[in-house]
Amino acid sequence: MCQVDEEYNDRLEKRTVPAVSQKCVKCKEGSAVLIIRAGDAFCRSCFKEYFVHKFRAMLGKNRVIYPGEKVLLAVSGGPASSAMLAQVQEGLSRDAPKKLRFKPGIIYVDEGGACGQRLEEREQVIAQLESIFRATGYPFHIVHLEQVFTLPSSVLEAVSAAPGRPEGSYKAAVDQFIQNSKLDGSVSPGDVSPAQDSALQDAQLRLSRLDTRDTPNGTPPFTPQHGRDLERLFASVRTLTAREDLLQTLRQHLVLHTARAEGYSKVMMGDSCSRLAVKLLGNISLGRGASLAADTGFSDPRYGDVVVVRPMRDYSSKEIALYNRMFGVPSVFIPGLDTKAPDKASIQRLTESFVTKLQADFPSTVSTIYRTSEKLHTACPPQNTDSEPSAKCLLCLCALDTKVEEASAFHATLVSERLSQKRVTESPGVRAGNTNTPASGGQCCSSRGEQDGSCGGGGEGCCSSNRVPPSLDLKSLLCYSCRLTIKDTTALDSLPQYIVTEAERRNRRSQMKQEISEFLLDEEEDGEEAS
Amino acid sequence: MPVLCSSCEQKRAVLKRPKTGHSLCKECFFWAFEEEVHQTIVSARLFSPGETVGIGASGGKDSTVLAHVLKVLNERYSYGLKLLLLSVDEGITGYRDDSLETVKRNQQQYDLPLKIVSYEELYGWTMDAIVKQVGLKNNCTFCGVFRRQALDRGAMMLKVDKICTGHNADDVAETVLMNVLRGDIARLRRCTAISTASEGEGVVPRCKPLKYAYEKEIVLYAYFKKLDYFSTECIYSPNAYRGHARAFLKDLEAVRPSAIVDVIHSGENLSVREGVRMPVQGNCSRCGYISSQALCKSCVLLEGLNRGLPKLGIGKHHRLHGKILAREPLTQEEERKLKAVDF
Repeated sequence: MCQVDEEYNDRLEKRTVPAVSQKCVKCKEGSAVLIIRAGDAFCRSCFKEYFVHKFRAMLGKNRVIYPGEKVLLAVSGGPASSAMLAQVQEGLSRDAPKKLRFKPGIIYVDEGGACGQRLEEREQVIAQLESIFRATGYPFHIVHLEQVFTLPSSVLEAVSAAPGRPEGSYKAAVDQFIQNSKLDGSVSPGDVSPAQDSALQDAQLRLSRLDTRDTPNGTPPFTPQHGRDLERLFASVRTLTAREDLLQTLRQHLVLHTARAEGYSKVMMGDSCSRLAVKLLGNISLGRGASLAADTGFSDPRYGDVVVVRPMRDYSSKEIALYNRMFGVPSVFIPGLDTKAPDKASIQRLTESFVTKLQADFPSTVSTIYRTSEKLHTACPPQNTDSEPSAKCLLCLCALDTKVEEASAFHATLVSERLSQKRVTESPGVRAGNTNTPASGGQCCSSRGEQDGSCGGGGEGCCSSNRVPPSLDLKSLLCYSCRLTIKDTTALDSLPQYIVTEAERRNRRSQMKQEISEFLLDEEEDGEEAS
Repeated sequence: MPVLCSSCEQKRAVLKRPKTGHSLCKECFFWAFEEEVHQTIVSARLFSPGETVGIGASGGKDSTVLAHVLKVLNERYSYGLKLLLLSVDEGITGYRDDSLETVKRNQQQYDLPLKIVSYEELYGWTMDAIVKQVGLKNNCTFCGVFRRQALDRGAMMLKVDKICTGHNADDVAETVLMNVLRGDIARLRRCTAISTASEGEGVVPRCKPLKYAYEKEIVLYAYFKKLDYFSTECIYSPNAYRGHARAFLKDLEAVRPSAIVDVIHSGENLSVREGVRMPVQGNCSRCGYISSQALCKSCVLLEGLNRGLPKLGIGKHHRLHGKILAREPLTQEEERKLKAVDF
């Protein structure tokens, strides 16, 4: 077999050498400057048109962003989100009929504190990004991961979804918007377009914010104590897999909080289809199958009042790289948690290298995986449609996937753990969680506690610390996959206060509910939405 | 310092469970492993008393352990099942003939009746003959499709109510990953089901009692029980694409041992959007077996073999089904494409 492969390789390589003087397949005139896929050679201007059209088509097809709506662009500085920012700029600067009509703002989450970056490096990166953001004229928010320690617990409370807009209302809203802006235009002399108008507003908004925070030379937006807390939290997480997952969760909370505080009802994420393919396969491997559609689909409605959308999901990372290079879209390289980590350092890292390598041999890999995400269901399972808070995961806010029938992988693992331990410490929901530490020989919570001087990972039942009450049952509030992450977190008392507070609140609620359960007629009525 | 068993806390532990990381002594491990299979069987209501259950036996570790555990549990918990072994002889010299010897020994060790059905008697072709015509590429397609039907036919000859197969957690997780990589949403939805619904006549319901058992634990169980099994890879299976999924799963397991069951959990909780087109189950108009097309896959493959056009069943050639049914000849152009590739 190897012999055969080798012979073929030789021939295939020869065939893929592109012809230099090829014409553009689109306009058949300009000479091609790049090949997107095998056989599709584009000239510069056709490529630009193709790229721009894709972005607008994605928004046009899905019709979830209404004119005049405030949209928060989550920019990490990487190529995909930078390209997304460039596309929004492009779309907003167009002439009237084809203009995008939402009001953008930018958020950057500085994660240097969790990735062990030095303060000077972080400041440098932020300065670079600020100059990029300032050039757009949009309001921007630079948020530091340390700020999770000042988040209110309301972040985790479920907000019932904005009243659903009826079908066909999109067109009406657009017409309405155009009429209004025409009126505005006739009033103001010199035909001030709404774009300039909103730019003015935005500038004011930005100015008003400048003196309060986020200034590079002013007081830092977080205290050194929070910096140490963050370091302690991430140091207490045993595996890179769980660290990456935790970072993702906390980042999402910060973005969500900022969006709510600043009145954005949409958040745009720059996930490319290459990224989404990795995310899809990675999330399956992490046990996040139940929320796969929300995690990888075009829109993610899980937060209710703030909807996450992914307009870059039709671009491959290759297209984005080509576009950024060809049209000078600036991006900033920022080392992350898994930068320079070996392939097998974490599940996320492993999945990325697996997909990338397979894509090299089978060029349809990414698009096939990505198309799977389109066939999945975005809506929550029916029993959770009333957005009852206790039915959502405390951390990732997806619908809880642990109330499954007994014949399931979830229950099978519970059985395995129960059967492998002595039965004295047994109480429902308590598991000694050292599945992932080959080094430790002991099993039950108590023996582990003695061994490494900390409480058993995941065995919340035996945790005692200043902030986390010994009775805090975090696990029952988490989805399958977040349980795995928390299991790998050894110092649960280092979790940000808002998580602990909300967990306690939910536990109290469910205790209350249990006490009065025999008098409740309808289980659905929880009255939580009122809080 | 010897590590004590974490379950009984008395005996010395002899192994670390790949599934949970606990250290257990031999007896506690046997107990835990068997109890888990029992829990799976009970919670999924796989069997009812008085049923005749055929165990798909290849002589490999999975089916050997399955036969052993089922026999133990059937006695311990009085399932009231009539167990028998069901084997398929694909006709692979140097592989299946040896492994069938193991099955025959198992038959005596476990005192279970055995039935062997062969490709040769069912289809008139052995795998050796098929490989001679098809070559080493795609031959697993033939073998897999034929085996599925052969098991059903064997089961019907024996009037079996259910078939169980030795598919383990690794196999199921691997299939989930495979189907994602192939974008096969219909199979993705089906592959995590522990048993197939009874789909009408001609199809015997199947189940996987070892669905949540790690492959490594099956090997540990067989090793410590000193079970007699055959452990050679099939000589015809340099099975490229599934190999990628397999390697990926092994790497995942190395990073996080729970990953195997995590993948299965994901697969069990996927919800497919409404409006995605799913194949409709019908029956083969030639042999009556379940099929989503006019002709079932094994009839198409067989037709290809008999016409000397082995690639007829490889890939999708639904347009040709009409011609095959009407026993019409194919055009020269069509034939040229379907002939075996010469190396």
